[in-house]
Amino acid sequence: MNGTTVRVRGALATLAAGCLAAGCAGGGAAVPAGSSSPGPTGTVVVLAAASLTDVLAEVETALEARHPGLDVRTSPAASSTLAAQVVAGAQADVLVTASEATTATVTDALGGEPVVVARNTLQIAVPAGNPGGVTGLDDLADPDLTVALCDPSVPCGAVAAEVLASAGVTAAPDTLEQDVRAVLTKVRLREVDAALVFRTDVLAGGDAVEGVAVPPEHAVATAYPALVLPDAPNPAAARAVVDHLRSPAGVEALRAAGFTTP
Amino acid sequence: MTRRRAPVALLAPAALGLVLLVAPLLALVVATPWGDLAARVLAPEVLDALRLSLLTAGVSTALCVLVGVPLAWVLARTDLPGRALVRALVTVPLVLPPVVGGVALLLLLGRQGLLGRHLDAWFGVTVPFTSAAVVLAQTFVALPFLVLAVEGAIAGTDERRELAAATLGASRWYVTRRVTLPAAAPGIAAGAALCFARALGEFGATLTFAGSFPGTTRTMPLAVYLALDTDPQAAVAMSLLLLVLSVAVLVALRGRWVGGITGARTAPARTTVPS
Repeated sequence: MNGTTVRVRGALATLAAGCLAAGCAGGGAAVPAGSSSPGPTGTVVVLAAASLTDVLAEVETALEARHPGLDVRTSPAASSTLAAQVVAGAQADVLVTASEATTATVTDALGGEPVVVARNTLQIAVPAGNPGGVTGLDDLADPDLTVALCDPSVPCGAVAAEVLASAGVTAAPDTLEQDVRAVLTKVRLREVDAALVFRTDVLAGGDAVEGVAVPPEHAVATAYPALVLPDAPNPAAARAVVDHLRSPAGVEALRAAGFTTP
Repeated sequence: MTRRRAPVALLAPAALGLVLLVAPLLALVVATPWGDLAARVLAPEVLDALRLSLLTAGVSTALCVLVGVPLAWVLARTDLPGRALVRALVTVPLVLPPVVGGVALLLLLGRQGLLGRHLDAWFGVTVPFTSAAVVLAQTFVALPFLVLAVEGAIAGTDERRELAAATLGASRWYVTRRVTLPAAAPGIAAGAALCFARALGEFGATLTFAGSFPGTTRTMPLAVYLALDTDPQAAVAMSLLLLVLSVAVLVALRGRWVGGITGARTAPARTTVPS
């Protein structure tokens, strides 16, 4: 069922982006500045990397509790998908990707100053009980094991390629998925014996997923830049979202999810 | 036949509907990078995906014909109890989101699936992440197209010819083979072509059930979806290729079989309307 959730979310993200591109959710801009409410109001659209799904849900709850007039809409998807949508004109306020290179494709086109709000490292994810007896990166090269990786063209796959190259392992993957949550789903469903996902995803997988550490010398860290989009319809709320991610509460949520924070 | 002038109240929404269908495809053609189209379409990863797509869609279509024609015959020519239920069941994949079909296939044939866990334990066979999984996903979504088209074609053939053959001593199997199926052949061909086109375009069930690996499970639609994020121009080029293939199927349908289909469809009218 998790497969559906992830796909459905993806579809919703696409729909949301399409809707936004058509200009049907620009409510935030209509609220006059300096109204009686002190905090940000209106709608703020946050496009975030799939690995931030759970943290974003907490950010949404916290911000909406603190600012009753604020409606935070989050749309998790593959970083590269989100970046492509933003460049193509999807209107949103904040973009948080899992890769500085991916965010650079947006800032190159539209401008803006990203700030790194979190870092993440890869871990080997195995189904509970480790049916494949996976002990390290070498096992990802075992043709007898079923292995899922992200496609090298999306950030989690690019990091995986770096980690594997650093360890001198030529992996034998059976599927190259579109985003990290799709990889995690294959582990949760026990369809694969091992996968490379972010440390945070192993935690998000709960009891169904166990992590096998990647040796620190091969653990490439990836940065999560948060970007207030230059043509954000609701810039004040956008800044509030980024500020919250850097606040003690935001940092706590990020760390609880398995991120390290700068 | 006298042609009547169509009222604007019908023409306007009809035109809007046509625009809705055609405009996106036109945009695709406009966005096509014509300059390096050949290079993009002939790129090794595109050819890999195309080869896999044509192969799996071909095998799926063959499978669909193999089980779908008999199923259509049962629906059209027998008085089996529960026929209406069977027809409804056949229609379900048609209205089901394909991704749900993929999840259902995983729950049946995945390593932990109802059937899959035994396949794995007894024969060491795992279906997901193989080209066979792609074929199964495509067959699941495409079979209803064939069954419904062929059922219509068989139901449209004149049953009296079968009765005549039977009174001349032909067995039921002989009648089916030599009378019913040849008469329904255009419908079977049309159904197979539709089925092939649907299999070629299958995305959701494939991604969910079969994964995405170049050469094994990454068919054209999956390659387009992936490329859209990283190399939009390549995605457009591949989309155009898929569009051309689909239109080719349509043209083949119209050119060779449209007479047959309309013939089959109007057959009952000829027999029931008193002249």
